[in-house]
Parts: sequence; structure tokens; C-alpha cells
Amino acid sequence: MTDTRSITVTVNGERLTGEAEPRMLLVDFLRDELRRTGTHVGCEHGVCGTCTVIIDGDAARSCLMFAVQADGAEISTIEGLATNGEMHPLQKLFSEHHALQCGFCTPGVLMTAMDLVHNSNDHSPDAIRIGMSAALCRCTGYVGIIDAVTEYARQVHGDSGVAGDETGGGRNDG
Amino acid sequence: MLAEHAPDARPLAGGQSLVPMMNFRLARPTVLVDLNKIPDLAYIRDAGDHVAIGAMTRERAIENSELVRTAIPLLHDATLQIGHLPIRSRGTIGGSLSNADPAAEYPATVLALDATLIAQSVRGERTIPAAAFFDGVMTTTLEPDEILTEIRVPRAPPGSGAAMVEISRRHGDFALAGVAAQIVLDGDSVTDIRLAACGVGPGPIRLTESEMILRERGLSDDALAAAGDAAAAAADPDGDVHATAAYRRKMAGVMTKRAVEKAAARARQTA
Amino acid sequence: MAILASLATRQAGDVTMDDGVRRESGGYIGQSVPRREDKNLLLGQGNFVADIQLPGMVHAAFARSPLPHAKIGIVDVTAARAMDGVCFAASGDDVMAALPPINGMQVVTPQGWRDRVDTDILIPDQPLIPNDKLRYVGEAFALVVADSRYIAEDALELIEPDLEPLQPLPDAESALVDGAPLVHEHLGRNVAAFLHAKKGAGAEGLEVAPHRLKRRFVHHRYAAMPMECRGVVADYDTRTDTLTIWSSTQVVHWVRREVATALGMPEERVRCIAPDVGGGFGGKGHVYPEDILVAWLAREIGRPVKWVEDRHEHILNAAHSRDNIYDVEIGFDDDGKILALTSSFLVDSGAYTPVGAGIAGNSIAHMLGPYHIENYETDCKVVLTNRTPNAPYRGAGRPEVGFAMERSVDLVANYLGLDPAEVRFRNMIPPEDMPYEVGLTYRDGVAMVYDSGDYPKALRRALAELGGLETIRQRQKDALAEGRYLGLGLGCYVEGTGVGPFEGATVKIDPTGKIMVATGACPQGQGHETIFAQFAADMWQVPIDDVFVTVADTGHVSQGYGTIASRSTVTASGAIKLATDAVHEKVFAIAANLLETAETDLELRDAGVGVKGVPDMHVSYRDIATAAKPGWGHQRPDGVVAGLESTSYYEPPTVTWSYAANATLVEVDPETGQIAIEKYVEVHDAGVLVNPKLADGQVKGGLVQGLGGALLEELAYDDHGQLLTGSLMDYLLPSASDVPPLAVIHQETPSPLNAFGVKGLGEGGAIAPPVVIANAVCDALRPFKAELNSTPVRWADVAAFFDQNA
Repeated sequence: MTDTRSITVTVNGERLTGEAEPRMLLVDFLRDELRRTGTHVGCEHGVCGTCTVIIDGDAARSCLMFAVQADGAEISTIEGLATNGEMHPLQKLFSEHHALQCGFCTPGVLMTAMDLVHNSNDHSPDAIRIGMSAALCRCTGYVGIIDAVTEYARQVHGDSGVAGDETGGGRNDG
Repeated sequence: MLAEHAPDARPLAGGQSLVPMMNFRLARPTVLVDLNKIPDLAYIRDAGDHVAIGAMTRERAIENSELVRTAIPLLHDATLQIGHLPIRSRGTIGGSLSNADPAAEYPATVLALDATLIAQSVRGERTIPAAAFFDGVMTTTLEPDEILTEIRVPRAPPGSGAAMVEISRRHGDFALAGVAAQIVLDGDSVTDIRLAACGVGPGPIRLTESEMILRERGLSDDALAAAGDAAAAAADPDGDVHATAAYRRKMAGVMTKRAVEKAAARARQTA
Repeated sequence: MAILASLATRQAGDVTMDDGVRRESGGYIGQSVPRREDKNLLLGQGNFVADIQLPGMVHAAFARSPLPHAKIGIVDVTAARAMDGVCFAASGDDVMAALPPINGMQVVTPQGWRDRVDTDILIPDQPLIPNDKLRYVGEAFALVVADSRYIAEDALELIEPDLEPLQPLPDAESALVDGAPLVHEHLGRNVAAFLHAKKGAGAEGLEVAPHRLKRRFVHHRYAAMPMECRGVVADYDTRTDTLTIWSSTQVVHWVRREVATALGMPEERVRCIAPDVGGGFGGKGHVYPEDILVAWLAREIGRPVKWVEDRHEHILNAAHSRDNIYDVEIGFDDDGKILALTSSFLVDSGAYTPVGAGIAGNSIAHMLGPYHIENYETDCKVVLTNRTPNAPYRGAGRPEVGFAMERSVDLVANYLGLDPAEVRFRNMIPPEDMPYEVGLTYRDGVAMVYDSGDYPKALRRALAELGGLETIRQRQKDALAEGRYLGLGLGCYVEGTGVGPFEGATVKIDPTGKIMVATGACPQGQGHETIFAQFAADMWQVPIDDVFVTVADTGHVSQGYGTIASRSTVTASGAIKLATDAVHEKVFAIAANLLETAETDLELRDAGVGVKGVPDMHVSYRDIATAAKPGWGHQRPDGVVAGLESTSYYEPPTVTWSYAANATLVEVDPETGQIAIEKYVEVHDAGVLVNPKLADGQVKGGLVQGLGGALLEELAYDDHGQLLTGSLMDYLLPSASDVPPLAVIHQETPSPLNAFGVKGLGEGGAIAPPVVIANAVCDALRPFKAELNSTPVRWADVAAFFDQNA
């Protein structure tokens, strides 16, 4: 199959055009055609969440969409979070809470978190834990991720007064 | 287009089930008909005695719909169990029903509520009761050139309570067994009860025997136990790496009890 | 022995190191310095193998066996080669003609180990693409290179191999049956290694034990499953006859060596870099055929070649792990003192054993755990089957043997009606017995000595964190009266870390005065660049931003070993220190020359060297670097060679011993068998923590992996050798909602074996959870005398105990 289509998307506010065969996945289009390699491929079957981007306002798995479906869409990826090289508050919290180790899942985790915090209603630690189970991480055990996203939700929505979830900080002893 | 390119054409709705299969090269349609491009297939309307939902309505929109939450709360509850939020961003009710995964929540829900499904093709429109829609594992009575266009879900009776309870290995995974329940109480008696199970057969299973037991005997411990046993007996599960058939069968019973209890508790709250 | 003499001066909490360099307050070691790795990764500017794009790059894909065991007939790649967009295709015949197999016997076992452990080792070579037989589902039988991965996969479909199915060996027991087909005919057997070791009277010790228990324990197959699959990019430059390889690997120097050997090139002409690596956990800790094949393809085709596997391919081909069967007999007295222990175990190694008998060797060494046991005998068979090859994954033999041991301890306690915690205390080696000669030999050939630690204290702390043993037992009693089932699970272990043979480092002072450090460590998320900068910054007394660290690049350090086996903190810091010491000498000599004072009057300060007590007399590293240069205008004293650079290799004397005590409280649902974990505690001692926050992350990450292994993850094969769990829909990784409340408490007993007092900790978290969960559930079900002696712990099995006893 060699018939390609021209696809125009707005990625992080920037209008970009590329070519793709109808069968080309959106994630491959973003990475290989548009050279935005911040979004990663973890499983290619919609389970791990690593490829999650925000498309027309909602987080979705970009390995489960074809590039042609995204023609005309507005897409936000990890590369769009920082402004002028200054990290987004969520990114800063990730660093503070050691919410990443190898960093491979991080793009999907961040975009999942952005959607969760900004577009859903329940920001209790339980709801955040359930919402973040959409994005798999193999390195961190999620402790720092949940702490960072919970703190971010508090920053965005104010303190909802929910009791802290014991995620267990390490303590030094002896 | 579906008729034209049959049998190698597939409709593409949310893509959350079809595209993984294509990525594995297990599903190999030569033509994909992108339903996302069809205007006016996504809506949630109050139609009096029922709520009419366009087939391409995203699960996420259903989750966020106040109308769904108040008028057909069982569908709301079922939606919360579907995968994860990013899946629900794209997944559609029409896609989920047409895919007819035995473990999926929506088929059990529409079966429990006796919803009506509207299908269309170049040949015209067809009205299909939920009870006549599911036809085996991943199989429906849709013709290859038909797509679902609308789902009509009867309004929940006043004072009813609804709950979908399932057991899965992780949050968001396919149910090993799940039960959708909607109940109307009058004091301690059960005036109306609807139950359907998912994950324990080739398709959703209406638990008529369990419904009868509870209608006749109310919600005593014995009645609940009997209803659970009846559900386990009605179940016809396969085993796989995640759970044996015996365990799924047993869970059909346990989930029936828990779904009924939860639905009843909610019914009492609204009373 | 010099090591033991210095051990005698070491006390817990003492931070004065061997060479008198005090850990300065305000030093970086011990601080949770923020990671320098974070910024790029958070901004989406990481550089993983799949991100690399080179002009003219083409893409490889492999045709993979659908059968577990098959004779290969004709593999015709002509149609694939002819497809539009394809530039190369090769069958096993083509590859075998061009490239040798990976040498199976290359993982060297030291003589000292072979002197004390009876070994009979015959590891098969691994062909890069075989042309005789296919030996596991997923093994490659052909390859294609095309303009895109999409086209390459299209071309694969045109290759229809002629395969004659052979009787598969779906598991270890089937491979040991008399007359079973052979996985590798030329070996004459399906056992890659027979091992046997003995301490004291061995099995005979059982005969005089008042009580004996015999059990079988099964630890199932699961795997590292990093979020980033494997990938290799290779680029051959004709003009310089140089090959550059980027591989998502933990062992760049090993890859370089294998590629150079296979392609007949000097190692200096092959450069291997691991860019950002998205997790490894051991699964990327050896050379794979693809590492060599992609390099070869780049040279053959004359264009850069990229190969990135998809997840299904990864699940079938990246090393699996665990998959052990243990038959244990334990002899003990009325007080629960363990008198003798024997184990006979099988490792299902799959079709090849890329890391030889390493896992089994670990298991043998670690069985006794933190306990004083005088008589021990073990034998092991590393069995070849038609499963995916088995290689180390986080824990590497310790989780398997720990499961057998810690279940046995609980069984002893149950038999005698004693508390499992009490039985552990009665058998644990007390801190006053440190250093403790174990009576066994480690894989590095050195007699094992637990160098430091307080095992009972760790267990006491773990119990205290859950409310204390008395409270726990009371809660359990009260719950049972209400028809609820609470259980306490315990698991203790020791872990040999920082194993040799060596690690390399180059330390250089740049002409700008910055400190350049390069080491052979290959991180996959551990934060090495940060922690090695912490070491160097302290050693040079400079702000941490003045230290530049390069890891995982053979172009920067001549010889290295890599990051596996919880070794890099210990070994890379050791190498950095040696290299630093060598450069220190020169720096002091040159500074003394510049400042016209004696070296003994000098100290490191303010990014340079100054005279003690005289603030004005100071030269910066930049000045010293200028003075050190070769040629005219240098200011080196006589006898000091030009340059401020040293490459050193640290050969650790032996492993240093981390340890932990794990405890958990669970509640079991009688109807569903589900296990709710109220809290999971690990008290963990890895010596001095370089960066406490990162250390914490390692332990917690490991814990969650361990819980995955206990409850969720499974590589299930059917009786025909087919893998039933070939995607992440079926191989279940823990998600955020699977993580219980965790508490990790760090004890820091400095290691007496190295200058910094550090021990390794990458693997520890993953070792205990499977047995801790099994013990907890058995404890909850004590009214039913339940035993769960295999993993994973399944809800159905738990629920069944209630059904049986209803």
C-alpha cells in the first residue's frame, strides 16, 4: 500500500502537516513523520498507556488511532507542557516526588494525569489512584506518581480536605 | 460502503477493540469504514420513557451525562467499570455492543434493561430487542452491512436502585464475572428486579431464575443465597489463564448477591 | 585476612572511612540530590533507541517461529526480498554462513567457585538465526530489512518456512523424562548444568534431626517486562571502518565484544552506546542475537539499520525468568532451631542459557538466608526445554530460593505451634556474630562472609511498623471471632551485592577545570548520572554541577562490565575512586609545584587546591589542568607525566551483603479469595545510602514488581509449548491501584568492604513479596491448616480453602 494522504494536525499549538498511509498509527505519525519523539510506544495494543496524548481535549491512546483519523485535530503531547523551557508545575512535581526513573512511561503518565486532573470531577486520592491505573509504570511502583498527581490536583482545585492516602515515604533509621 | 466491500470491510467506531487486533495483524480488513466521520450519530436524548443514545456516543460522554446518571443509572455504573478514562475517550456504546465481548459491561446492561437497538443499512432500518441481539462469542445478529445507529434504554422506575458489580484481576480489566442489577423495593419486597451477568458465558446472560427467586422471596439471606446459586447454575463460562470455569461460575453467584445488595441499598437511599 | 581485620573496626553508624576521608557535612553523599536525568525525560527530550533517526535508515524485522520445536527445511526469502521497499532478506542458512553463534560457555565461572561447588556445565551456543531447528516459540528463522517497519512486516508474511514439528518439551519435568527428545542434540542431554554444594554434614544432618518436613515449592515463570522493549540501531562508517551501535542494553561492553568478535573487527572500531534505556531489570543484561545481527546488517547493507521489537515479540523473546521447582527437606528441633536443610531444584532454562548457571549459583548461595544453619546440601539441574530462554531478572535466583526457604520456616513454626516470627528470631545470626562465615562459596569464587548487619533488628522494626507482634496476633484473634481472616506474612533475606569481576571508570579534569567521569555502568532509570556525580563532587570538593558523568558508552571508558546484579553503586564508585585517587596524586604534585609548598600542606577546596590555613594560596583545577598539559609551558614537577586523566578498574574483594525483613498484614475475602493488603513493610539495609530518595525509589519499585510476581504476572505455557500470555492483556503488570500502602524503612549499616560503606540495592525489593504474600495468606487461613507452596497466589486456590472447610 503506497497511497499516502496528507494530514494536518495542530500539535502543542503548532500546525504541522505530514504524509501517512491510511494504516499508519497516529503514534507512528507523530514520532516518525512529525519527528515528535516525546510520545513513546510501549505495547501497541492499547494496554500500557505510554502512547497517551490529548486529542481534542480528551486523553486517548495514540496507538489505537490511525493518523488519518486525526486530520484537523488538536493534539497535546509531553513536548507541549513546558513553556519557554520552564517546566510545567506537574513536571516539577514529578521531579520533586521522584515520579520517574527510566522516563519511558512518563509521557503517557503525564498526559493521563493532565486529563485526569483537569477534566474529571473526583480528585480524592482514591480517585486519582484509580484514574492513574490507566498508565503503567514498571520502575517506580507508582508511589511518587500518585504523590505528584495528588499534589497537582490540590494545586489546581484547592485542598478538598480528604485524608491522606498512606503511600509510605521511606525513612532512615539506624 | 460496508455492503460494497464485504466481507473484508469493517466499521471503525472507537477502535479500542478493533485496532489492537489489527496491530497484532489478527484482524485484517482491507477497508475500514470510519464511523467517526458520520455526523449526528453521537447524542444522548431524553425521549420520555427512554433515553435515546446515538451509537457513536463516547463512553466518556455517557459517564459525564447527568441525564444518564439520573434516568438510567445502571448504564452510568456500568460505564465506570469500562477500562480506563482514556479508553472511554474513544470507545463508543455502539462499538462495544457490536463487538459483543462476553466480558463487556454494556451488553449485560442493555440485556438487563431490555433496551432496544436500532440498526441501519442501505436496505433500511431494523429494531432489535437486546434479548435478540447477542448471538454467541463476539457475535451479534447484525448483518455484515448493518451498523447500530441508536440505543434506546428504558428509564429506571422511580425509587429504583441500580448497581453493576464485577470482579476483575486489576481495576479496568475485563470482568471475570460481573452482574448488572436494577431493583425496585416496596418495603422488604422486591417489586421489580432485573439481573444480567457478563464474563460467564458466550454472551451476556439474563438471570431470569435469580430474578424470580428474589421477586418471590425478597432479600433475606436465604433468598440471596438461592439467587446466587441460580446465577451460578445459569452461568456457562470457559476457563482461561485468568480464572477457571469453576471459579467464574462461583463468582457469578457471589457477584449476583453483591450487585443485588448494592442496588437495594441505593434503592433504599432514594426512598 | 586483610578484609576481616578492617571489618573489626566498623560499627553501625560510624562514618569514618578506611582512608580517613571523613564524610563532610554538606557533602553530596547521603543527600537526596535531585536527578539531573529528569529534565530531558520530563520535557520529552529523552533519547531512547526508537527515537534515533539517521539519514537513509532502514528497518529490520524478524520472522519468528510459531512452533516450540521444529526441524527447519527450506526457508525461501526470495519473495520477501523482491517486495517493493525491501532491501535485504536472510534465512538461517545465510546468517550461519556469515556469523558464528554466541558462545554459550563465555560466562566465566571463577575457579574458586568451581573448586567448591560440584559443577558439570555444558551451555549450548546460541545461533543468531538457526538453520537446523527452532527451539522455542518466537525464535527467529529469517529476517527482512525494508524502508519501514510496516513494509518489513508485510514482507515477513511472504516467507513461508518449511517446518517439521517435533515433539515439544513444554516444561522441565518433560525434558528430564528418559528418552525425551533433546533440545540440543550435540549436548547429548537436556541438562545445561548439574550443580551440587554442601556445608557441614549436608543431608546426613537430617538424620539426627528430631523433626523433618518435606515439601515441594514451585516458583512460576515471569519476567522483567520493562516498559521499553528491546531495540538496536547500528551505523557503519566505511571511511573509518567503524561501527556504532545503540542498543537498549545493560551491558554495552559485552555487546561491543560480541559484535567485534562476530564481525572480525577490533573492539576499538566498534562503539556501543546505551542511550536512555527504558527499564531493564536484568532482562537486558546480556547479549541478544539481535545486537549482533543489526550491527552486521548495517555493515552488509551500507545503511543505518534500526530494529525495535513490538511487545508481543518482546514477550516471546526477551528473557523470561524464575520458573524453578524446589524439593526441600528441613530438619529441626523442638525449639524450631533449624539443624539441616536439603534442596533439590530444577531451573527451567528454556532453549538457551545466556547467563549460564548464574541464577542457580545465586540460589545455592542464598538459601540459608540470614539464618545460622550448620548442615546444608543442595543439588540443581538447569534444564533445557522448548520455552523462551531464562536469564536473570531482578533477584536472579534469590526470590525463588527465598520462597522455598521462607515458606519452610513458616512450616516449621506451624508444625511446632510456634510463631513464625519467633522461629526466625531463634535462627537468625545475631549482630554480634558479624562478620559471619557462612561456610559456602559465592559465585565470585570467594568464601562467603556476611560482613555487617543486624537481621533481628530489621525484623523487629518491620513488626513494630505493623503494630507489634502481640497486637497483630490479638487483632487476628478478634477478627476471626467476627468471621474475618487476617494474616501476617513475613519474609527475610540476605543479598550479595556489588559482585565483580570488575568495573571500569575514567576520571579526567577537563582543561576548563570540570571533572569528567565516565564509567561502564549502564543505567536503565536508577539515576546513575546523579549518584556518580555525587561521589565525584565529594571526592573533588566541587559543586555537583562541575561534575559531568557519562555512562553506558564504550567510547568513553575502555573496559566495563555493566549494570546487573545490584552492583553499580559499589563497583562503579570503587572504580571512580581508584581513578580519582590516581588523578589526585598528580593534582597534588602539580599544585605543590605551582604553590611551591609541600603536598602535605595542601587540601582540596573551592574547585581547586589550596594551602591549609592560607586562603590566598590556591590554584583552581583549571590552572592545574593547564599546568599539567604536555609540551612547552607545562608546570609539572619532574617525574609527573602529562595529562590529568586516569582509567582504573575496581575489582571488588567479594560481594557485600545487603539484607531486609519484610512483613505484611492481609485480609482474605472468604467468598472470592481476594487478598486485601492492609500494609506492606520492608526494612532494608543497603549500607550507606548515596541518595536516599533514589534508594527508596529502587526498593519500592522492586516491591511492586515483587507483588506483581506474587499475584498478577505469569508467563503461562500450555502442554504443547505455546505461550498463552503473549500480550499485556494477559501478562498483567501491576497498575497504580494494585499498590497497597507501602512503608520502606532504611537501616544503614556501612559496608566495611569499600571506601564509601555502600552496598547494592537495585534488586532487593523484588525478592520477598511472593513468599511474604503466600505466608500471609497461609497465616490467615491457619484455621484450615492451609498451605500455599507455589506462585502465583491465586484467588481461586484461596477461596477453595473456604469451600473445603465450609
